[in-house]
Amino acid sequence: MPKPTIGLEVHVQLRTDSKMFCACPMEFGAEPNTRVCPVCLALPGSLPVLNRVALESTIALGLALHCHITPFSQFHRKNYFYPDLPKGYQISQYDLPLASDGYLTLPKESIAASFKKVGIIRVHMEEDTAKSIHGASLAHNVGYALLDFNRSGVPLLEVVSAPDLESPEEASAYLVELRAILRTLGISSGNMEEGALRCDVNISLDRGTRAEVKNLNSFRAVRKALEYEFQRQCERVERGEAVLLETRHWDEAKGVTIPGRSKEEAEDYRYFPEPDLLPLEIDVRWVEQVHRSLPELPEGRRERLASLGLHPSEAITLAHNPELACFFDGALEVGAPPKETANWLLGEVQRILHAGGKSLEETPLTPVRLAELLRLIQQGVISSKGGKALLEVMLTSDRPPAELVEALGLAQVSDPVQIRLWVQEAIAANPKQSEQYRQGKEALLAFFAGQVMKKSFGNANPELLDRILKEELQATA
Amino acid sequence: MPSLECLPSREAKGYQRKRKMINPLLMQPAHRVLPLLRAGEISSVELVRAALDWIAEADPDLGAFLYVAEARAMARAISIDKARHQGEEVGPLAGLPVALKDNMCQRDTPTTCGSRILEGFRSPYDATVVRKLEEAGAVILGKCNMDEFAMGSSTENSAFQQTRNPWDLERVPGGSSGGSAAAVTAGEVYLSLGSDTGGSIRQPASFCGLPGMKPTYGRVSRYGLVAFASSLDQIGAFARNIPDLALAMQTISGHDSLDSTSLPEAVPDYLGALQREPGALRVGVAKDQLALEGLSPSVRQIFEEAIAKLAGLGFLLEEVTLPHASYGLPTYYLIAPAECSANLARFDGIRYGLREEGRDLFDQYCRTRRQGFGAEVRRRIMVGTYALSAGYREAFYLKAQKVRTLIRQDFTEAFKRVDLIALPTTPTVAFRFGERTEDPLSMYMADLFTIPISLAGLPALSLPIDWIPPEEGEGPPMPVGMQLVGPAMAETRVLQAAYCYEKSSGLHDLIPSFVNDRKGLRFDPQQCSQIWGQI
Ligand SMILES: [Zn+2]
Repeated sequence: MPKPTIGLEVHVQLRTDSKMFCACPMEFGAEPNTRVCPVCLALPGSLPVLNRVALESTIALGLALHCHITPFSQFHRKNYFYPDLPKGYQISQYDLPLASDGYLTLPKESIAASFKKVGIIRVHMEEDTAKSIHGASLAHNVGYALLDFNRSGVPLLEVVSAPDLESPEEASAYLVELRAILRTLGISSGNMEEGALRCDVNISLDRGTRAEVKNLNSFRAVRKALEYEFQRQCERVERGEAVLLETRHWDEAKGVTIPGRSKEEAEDYRYFPEPDLLPLEIDVRWVEQVHRSLPELPEGRRERLASLGLHPSEAITLAHNPELACFFDGALEVGAPPKETANWLLGEVQRILHAGGKSLEETPLTPVRLAELLRLIQQGVISSKGGKALLEVMLTSDRPPAELVEALGLAQVSDPVQIRLWVQEAIAANPKQSEQYRQGKEALLAFFAGQVMKKSFGNANPELLDRILKEELQATA
Repeated sequence: MPSLECLPSREAKGYQRKRKMINPLLMQPAHRVLPLLRAGEISSVELVRAALDWIAEADPDLGAFLYVAEARAMARAISIDKARHQGEEVGPLAGLPVALKDNMCQRDTPTTCGSRILEGFRSPYDATVVRKLEEAGAVILGKCNMDEFAMGSSTENSAFQQTRNPWDLERVPGGSSGGSAAAVTAGEVYLSLGSDTGGSIRQPASFCGLPGMKPTYGRVSRYGLVAFASSLDQIGAFARNIPDLALAMQTISGHDSLDSTSLPEAVPDYLGALQREPGALRVGVAKDQLALEGLSPSVRQIFEEAIAKLAGLGFLLEEVTLPHASYGLPTYYLIAPAECSANLARFDGIRYGLREEGRDLFDQYCRTRRQGFGAEVRRRIMVGTYALSAGYREAFYLKAQKVRTLIRQDFTEAFKRVDLIALPTTPTVAFRFGERTEDPLSMYMADLFTIPISLAGLPALSLPIDWIPPEEGEGPPMPVGMQLVGPAMAETRVLQAAYCYEKSSGLHDLIPSFVNDRKGLRFDPQQCSQIWGQI
């Protein structure tokens, strides 16, 4: 059985305030052709000026991927004609990518420790093209294309992996990990549906001739296309046919890859250094500064969380959701216990949010307030069950938790006199069961506990109740 | 190709016809007119009106302008007069008529670059130099003719019209900034901007007998200058004398955050520097350049006389060599076309300019660009595309870049020993229409002495050193120019030296017969004000 060899080329849209070479604001979903200027429309005479934030974001990603950051880099013009490319060339990088020779570590699901390194060949910067929207006018029987230049000049990073991935699942894990890094760095939304992450894959059998598959717009598409392409190549080989060096496109509807142009007739992009931009001299002190200010990255975060006693799957979930991880750390900072925090945050909180279709930021819940809730449970002020009821309210109300406990009557009753009273009432009301208990039917203890809980509206301290109930049942004998 | 025979309309009109007299104030340098404006002795409205009238009178024969913004210029003159009257700060060029080469964008104004492909295009924004001129109070009268996309040395490559040399209407004004040079020479405007990629300011300045300057690469913002070859293009100016030129350069120079290649250094006070003597500067004379084939013996003789005159003025002459400069022409004709092949890719008929519908997208591209671009532009796009193609890049484009570095080093070496280098600006005087249009290589030769300096990105100025009779045939005497080249950022020194020479030569007061049919008339300021008084 041949093994697939897979490499990924991922285009990442950076989330900067303005575009890569002009001051136009970036806004997903803005009215078409309203975020444009002479530069990104390539009007005659306009010139590019590099966005320093985009450059810094690239350096940050390069460092996060353990890359070498080149001290001297350059932009090149990649020449080709297409209506969505207004200058007739794309400002990109060629032989001097900003970052190169790094790796990304894939998590091993079971132990939450690092287990596989995927080589990163290069990370380079380039500008996005305009968006073409193709359509057909039935009345005139002609096709047309509309162009939206809002996307023209949006900063992109191209991240090229080594062909180190050996299954569609690994490719998927690589993408998930890369997205987690991007989100942790806060440099991209990583949202594939919005086109902030676009993926081309290269796949071959046992490092033979590779085919490239383009146009993969979701995690699912990446996995499905790779599975299909692996199968297709295997079948060719079985039939004694060679795998062709070609570019194929993923047809989402049919679930197949279809051939595009073959690599032999690939365009000559006539790269040459972009004379409108000065070569980049990257100050090593700047790189060090960016390095120092890097946030905790998913790989390190997983290890730290596992060491706090979290379940590996919890550690991975948190590491892949930087907002949740920050929330988690915030709660720990004010003294919340790690395991319980993870438990509640990933369990009950997510369940309620999911049911309500809300995100955490949309609720008044803060790390401090979650920590308070956990403290109330720990101190026995409320029961765990009461905690769940309280959380439900805390996701819509910003009143102090203690106040809510009072208002909702959730406070746990730990007064032995009161509990003893309820117990005595329960025994008096059920003489038959009390008799049966004394004759050895100990299972009835739960029955009496239930009776008391009913009386206390569920607020009786369970441990206290258990003790007093046993005492009273014995005493009646 | 265009020649005199192809111009029946001009012949019919008779460019030899008697024109109305020029308002003599229009032939004055800016430095004599600005004080009159400042003192309120003349108004900007009067001056702009006079210039517009003279353009209407003279330009049908001259062809310097592609577009005259009459209403806009008058409105601006009125507002400047009003502001001045109310005591507002109006800027050093307030009320002065000036012109732009038609590759500089001005808001709501046609910018054609002399090309069909941009016919009808109006820029929605101002180039940085336009903004600077307007902030200084200048009144922009219009856009001047040029070789299509600045590719040419005679302005014959304009898709729209020929521009004639005011010294001899049968000759070219040079190029590619031929319209800008002719407009200043013929009294249509006081100052004009041009762009220089391989000599496109200095060569027409020389052909038209004007001072013209190309600054250090990066001195003037290119934002809003339609690119030909980005690593070489620089905006500069034409003027009637060196102080005017210094004023123009002062106005347009300086760092611009919209141009990444713009130099951060502050601009010195050029005009102030002209008040000071430059001292005993060492001037390098490149004997190897003077030995180049193509340099006309008479131009060489005049140049050597000028060098001798420099020595007489106290400059110290030194011999220098520029061993790689003779490779400048082939180097330039790889690098510039390579860059232009990309720079002109945006003219695809999709968003603006000419569009020729085709069967499909590819066909539309082909038709649009075949219709829109002239022969020389297409030739350079093809050469450049070829030079960048896989398999040829190393042999052509990359090799040319290496030679460019060697040429730059030649100058660096030379400037260790001298303060300035003097060179002829052009190998010959202005040639006749059609003389070189059939043979591109002979046309390229016109930039033999200007191109190496462009490749090195250095500041250089051409100034007139004499007028000589044509070598063959009849015709009026034609101007010869000399180039003074400085190290990077040494514009001040170049201007000072040129001013020194100009003061001693007195040539800048000559006016062409086109303006006044008495040949070689010297303008007498006294007589001038008398005439002005009579009008
Ligand atoms: Zn823009």
